[in-house]
Amino acid sequence: MMVMVAGALAGARTVCAQDKLALDGSTTVGPIAKAFAEYTMRQNQNVNITVSESGSGNGAKALLNGTCDIANLSRDLKESERQAMEQKGVKPVAHVVAYDGLPVIVHPSNRVKGLTLEQVRDIYTGKVTNWKQVGGADLPIVVISRDTNSGTFETFKELVLGKEAKICEGTEYTGSNGGVRQRVQMTKGAIGFAGLGFVDRSVKALEINGVAPSAETVVAKSYPISRELFMFTKGEPAPDGLVAAFIGLSRSEKGREIIEEIGFVPVPEKK
Amino acid sequence: MILTERERAQRKLLGLLGRGVLFAVTSVAALAVLAIIFFIARDAWPFFQQHGAGAFFLSKAWYPAHATPQFGAAAIIAGSLLVTATAVVLAVPPGIFAALCLSDVLPFGVRQVVKPVIEVLAAIPSVAYGFFALVVLAPLLQDKGGRLLAAAWCVLAVPVLSLAAVVAGDLLTPERLKGLAYRLVRGLLTALFLTAGGAVGVWGWRALTALQVPSGVNALNASVILGVMALPTIISVSEDALQAAGRELREGSYALGATRAETLFKVVVPASVSGMFSAVLLGVMRALGETMVVWMASGNAAQIPKPWFNLLQPVRTLTATIAGDMGEADQMTGSAHYHVLFAMGLSLLVFSFACNLAGERIVARQRKRLRGG
Repeated sequence: MMVMVAGALAGARTVCAQDKLALDGSTTVGPIAKAFAEYTMRQNQNVNITVSESGSGNGAKALLNGTCDIANLSRDLKESERQAMEQKGVKPVAHVVAYDGLPVIVHPSNRVKGLTLEQVRDIYTGKVTNWKQVGGADLPIVVISRDTNSGTFETFKELVLGKEAKICEGTEYTGSNGGVRQRVQMTKGAIGFAGLGFVDRSVKALEINGVAPSAETVVAKSYPISRELFMFTKGEPAPDGLVAAFIGLSRSEKGREIIEEIGFVPVPEKK
Repeated sequence: MILTERERAQRKLLGLLGRGVLFAVTSVAALAVLAIIFFIARDAWPFFQQHGAGAFFLSKAWYPAHATPQFGAAAIIAGSLLVTATAVVLAVPPGIFAALCLSDVLPFGVRQVVKPVIEVLAAIPSVAYGFFALVVLAPLLQDKGGRLLAAAWCVLAVPVLSLAAVVAGDLLTPERLKGLAYRLVRGLLTALFLTAGGAVGVWGWRALTALQVPSGVNALNASVILGVMALPTIISVSEDALQAAGRELREGSYALGATRAETLFKVVVPASVSGMFSAVLLGVMRALGETMVVWMASGNAAQIPKPWFNLLQPVRTLTATIAGDMGEADQMTGSAHYHVLFAMGLSLLVFSFACNLAGERIVARQRKRLRGG
């Protein structure tokens, strides 16, 4: 696989003149794109890749206006965006590069095994304040969140809270995924969420709507707090071009490693 | 010494040059401060223009990431003030007493060893304090918070309540009673007050031991750590102020027949009170401006605790908000979230500035009074 990607990159240099690549879009997908760009540019000195993070919506706009070659989106295209592209004669092609899932974690001593998505939302909006309201012990719930600027928070907000819900004002904010785990493993009444890669035996990951979070359930999308991360291109990219090589990285061994390191789930190998 | 015209001109020029260089160096420091104020105010201005100062200072709705973002900073300003005030209340009495002890009570040799050690405390990086707060103090507060607070209550309440009972018994005994009757009534009243004080003490003990602390990262945790961080500054600067009062003053006081305690409290302390005030002010600044510790230990919940003095609830401070949100607040598009952080920086700056200015005034007035009296 590695050899193939390197070969494709070498091909890109000789066959086509496209040595520049511009990416724009989601701040969640941004880190993957940046890591890929860094890796690609180290492999091939002649390639210049720029990655902007202006949000999924702006990424779609940039693809439409031709200011980027690849649009990073943490969601699928909206119907309105598709229509606008078709009117302009742009045919968007989706490439799933990774999956993103957020386990909801509690203290290991917590009796509660699982919650519904609704219950998680009610806890985070302050409607439910005690574990006994959701079948646990009589213990006040300590609500812990990532800081509002993180992509992790964005994901949680979109998939659990929805657009209009406001997170309750007593929520504690922590600056890192590791920090959330640390707070949850120390605090009996705590509830928090963190990237799949950060959850270990020191905390208990809850079943949501009866499904436990794991790489498999996230990829299958049966776990409710999960989503696909996309890179969109204008039409199918030329198979020996730089764009195809760049997106192909996500299927390579090195690419998977990078994706796991950042805390996402790589696309499983097809058997 | 006879100088030729040329030599004189040369010297004059050199003198001018020297003064010019020194002036330039001094102005760099002053200009840097002015530049900081200018640049912060420049980036804070668009926020006030778009959203108005009322929404910033009066609203406590802080939802920067919501679809329709709200930037009310009232709860965050209150959090900053609450944490700072508590830290100062916790740090000032022990700090001042430690300074008194070091300068006038302990032998000189002990002071020479202890003072540098205390000053080392000031050199510990704040992230280390923050780590301690998160990993040691927070679980301790969660597991044994009630008992810890009850122990603190004992240390404070036993002496204060006993003293209050004795004084109240003494004051309330009628003056016209004489001899045995007076002593009997006073004894009875004192016993009564002591019992009442004891009841209050036990009630406080019971209430505190029963207290459950759901989360160890809260206003109290941050305040305790900030207090410890402010201590070395307060001790060191107050001790310097007490030393500066001078040997002559103390010897003069002893020569007039004053005891050591009288000398300390009636002569040395009044003479150095302005310096001690500066020390406290520096401590306040240290607590107000500290970022890493509050980011890690305060819980960062943008709320005013209910009731407002409930230190066991998490709060969010201005400094932690700036540090936590600056990373992703969009600078390119000049978003409101970006500018509101500068508005917070400006509030911090103005507050410290006002504090310093008021402090200077008080110190100056105190000096004048001392010189006159």
